[in-house]
Amino acid sequence: MNHVVCIAYVPDTDTKIKVGASGTSIDEAGVKWIVSPYDEYALEAALRAKEAKGGTVTVLTYGPAAAETGLRDGLARGADEAVRIASEGVGEADSLAVATLLAAQIKTMKADVVWLGNKGVGTDAQLVVPMLGELLDLPHVTLVTELDWKDGSVVAHREIEGATEIVEAPLPVVIGAQKSKAEPRYASLKGIMAAKKKQIAVKKPADLGVDIASMSGANAAVVWTKLELPAARQAVKLVPADDPAKAAEELLRLLREEAKVL
Amino acid sequence: MGFPGVDFYGIDEMLSEDERAVRDLVREFVDEEVLPIIEECAYEGRFPKELVPKMAAMNLYGPTIPEYGLPGLNNVAYGLITQELERGDSGLRSFVSVQSSLVMFPIYKYGSQEQKDRWIPALAKGEAIGCFGLTEPDFGSNPNGMRTVAKKDGDDWILNGAKAWITNGSIADVAVVWAKVGGSDGPIRGFLVEKGMKGFTAPEHRMKMSLRASVTSQLAFEDVRLPGANMLPGVEGIKGPLSCLTQARYGISWGGIGSAMATYQCALDYAKSRKQFKDRPIASHQMVQAKLAFMITEITKGQLLALRLGRMKDAGTMTPNHVSMAKRNNVWVARECAKLAREILGANGIVGEYPVFRHLANIESVFTYEGTHDIHTLILGQAVTGIPSYNPPME
Ligand SMILES: Cc1cc2nc3c(=O)[nH]c(=O)nc-3n(C[C@H](O)[C@H](O)[C@H](O)COP(=O)(O)OP(=O)(O)OC[C@H]3O[C@@H](n4cnc5c(N)ncnc54)[C@H](O)[C@@H]3O)c2cc1C
Repeated sequence: MNHVVCIAYVPDTDTKIKVGASGTSIDEAGVKWIVSPYDEYALEAALRAKEAKGGTVTVLTYGPAAAETGLRDGLARGADEAVRIASEGVGEADSLAVATLLAAQIKTMKADVVWLGNKGVGTDAQLVVPMLGELLDLPHVTLVTELDWKDGSVVAHREIEGATEIVEAPLPVVIGAQKSKAEPRYASLKGIMAAKKKQIAVKKPADLGVDIASMSGANAAVVWTKLELPAARQAVKLVPADDPAKAAEELLRLLREEAKVL
Repeated sequence: MGFPGVDFYGIDEMLSEDERAVRDLVREFVDEEVLPIIEECAYEGRFPKELVPKMAAMNLYGPTIPEYGLPGLNNVAYGLITQELERGDSGLRSFVSVQSSLVMFPIYKYGSQEQKDRWIPALAKGEAIGCFGLTEPDFGSNPNGMRTVAKKDGDDWILNGAKAWITNGSIADVAVVWAKVGGSDGPIRGFLVEKGMKGFTAPEHRMKMSLRASVTSQLAFEDVRLPGANMLPGVEGIKGPLSCLTQARYGISWGGIGSAMATYQCALDYAKSRKQFKDRPIASHQMVQAKLAFMITEITKGQLLALRLGRMKDAGTMTPNHVSMAKRNNVWVARECAKLAREILGANGIVGEYPVFRHLANIESVFTYEGTHDIHTLILGQAVTGIPSYNPPME
């Protein structure tokens, strides 16, 4: 079974986001980049499937050269091959542009399961999984926490509101991974050394026959018009509790008159 | 937020990309898996056994070995591993040092093919835990005087004696035990004693106030019958155990820096946020700054010492005297930094909310084991004068 795991390289969830000068993108100075945590769950699930059933795991990303660090990390954890679709010279790509590029590359590979994180931490759009399913003309299952393997199909456990939904889909299939009990592993030192020696294949959008200019930047279906930080949190108001009765009274007054929640 | 590293002198530039990748992996592991649990472990006196398989999967045991599926890292990378682990906890680093340097190293270097094939993969995978028995109740700094003895009986060996202060003792599946062969004048040889062998017990030392997240035990041997094949064939004499100690001390030279980084970083962050007198951070007071300046200077010197030591080890030019200097200095640095950090934290310096007191208590063990500070002073004294001021064991 051949697994393709699409990984996005995103700002560390610890990052203090600043809006860039353009007002429509983030200021990338000093940002530490990581593999999107949901993608790590996808990779872990693919690696476990490979260990149990054989096959290969390929990690695939669309991004700048720096994103190869994320691919190397995937290789160090046990992926066999890595492909980067180069974003150099491409304008802001929306979910559809990214899904189009990924689909074009995946069509050149023999994938039984295409894995992605259910969402990319950062933009949280949750669009690429269903789009990729459509573009590849394959079934897709989102929010997957667990997968059982059958001959020619998979049984997926979906985490839905207050319940688990169990669905079956024929292979090949596109899977959007949710956080699960299968905690992503650390790379091994042996893996790090071996990953260094591996070649990362780099493809340009044109190599994949995608006219990316027509669907990115100003031509994208979704254009970011403005990025704003949430309003700064106001300072906490502490009610001194030397006299509990008085403090309770004051608290009530504040909730009524200032916060206006009562 | 993960640990940002302490690097006043741009020492990162002197590391290769691989070395940094190894360091960063262990750094992340310590931030995510060790720091969240270690304070509780130390408080409860519990070794975090749940980390054993995780560290094995990362190849942290025997990482310099180039066989048996192990990565064959260079010694600088190995040092960076112990540095980061000890930034977490000296006890956890002790576990890894013992497993790698004191158990896998002698079996790999001096063991028979059968011994290697049996134990190296198991130890690497964390399926077996090892310990190293050299120190005895009456012989610490002078291990040459040991009383543990192995006598031949047919093809077998009969082992009698006791070891003390043995890291991992009670949880070990295999003990590398050093004993005199024949009688008290006999040569020292290494033996592999296995858990469950008749006459072998390993009670834990109780009421330890230091290295509480690590197991320390006595080993007692009462007519333990060992198959002849359980002797390490490749080495005879005190140089056997001492060559192992050289490996472990090498890692401790880096580990000390890790401990010092942890206490320094904590003290620095604390000093910048804690305010006293006119709403000024305590970091604005000259006496606090003097402490921080001392710490960062000593850490930087220690980093350079460790790195140069590692480069010499990789080039094959390192001697035990070089290791003595780095172990002595860098553990001292850690001890001084822990004390100063504890002062800077005031009352918060004595509680487990911060890592400082744990490091302060831990470093007392590290100061004493693997050759006490003073013993390394004597080794250096002899190295420069040519005059042994005592009767030092030599590798
Ligand atoms: C937590 C912990 C874990 C340990 N783990 C292990 C282990 O895994 N395996 C193992 O074999 N051992 C282990 N040890 C033992 C350790 O190596 C010894 O404690 C150490 O060698 C010192 O021996 P000692 O405690 O008997 O002190 P002693 O040798 O009695 O020394 C006491 C004091 O006298 C000083 N002194 C001794 N001789 C001289 C001299 N000639 N000149 C000047 N000063 C001198 C010393 O510097 C020291 O200050 C461990 C110890 C601890 C605390």
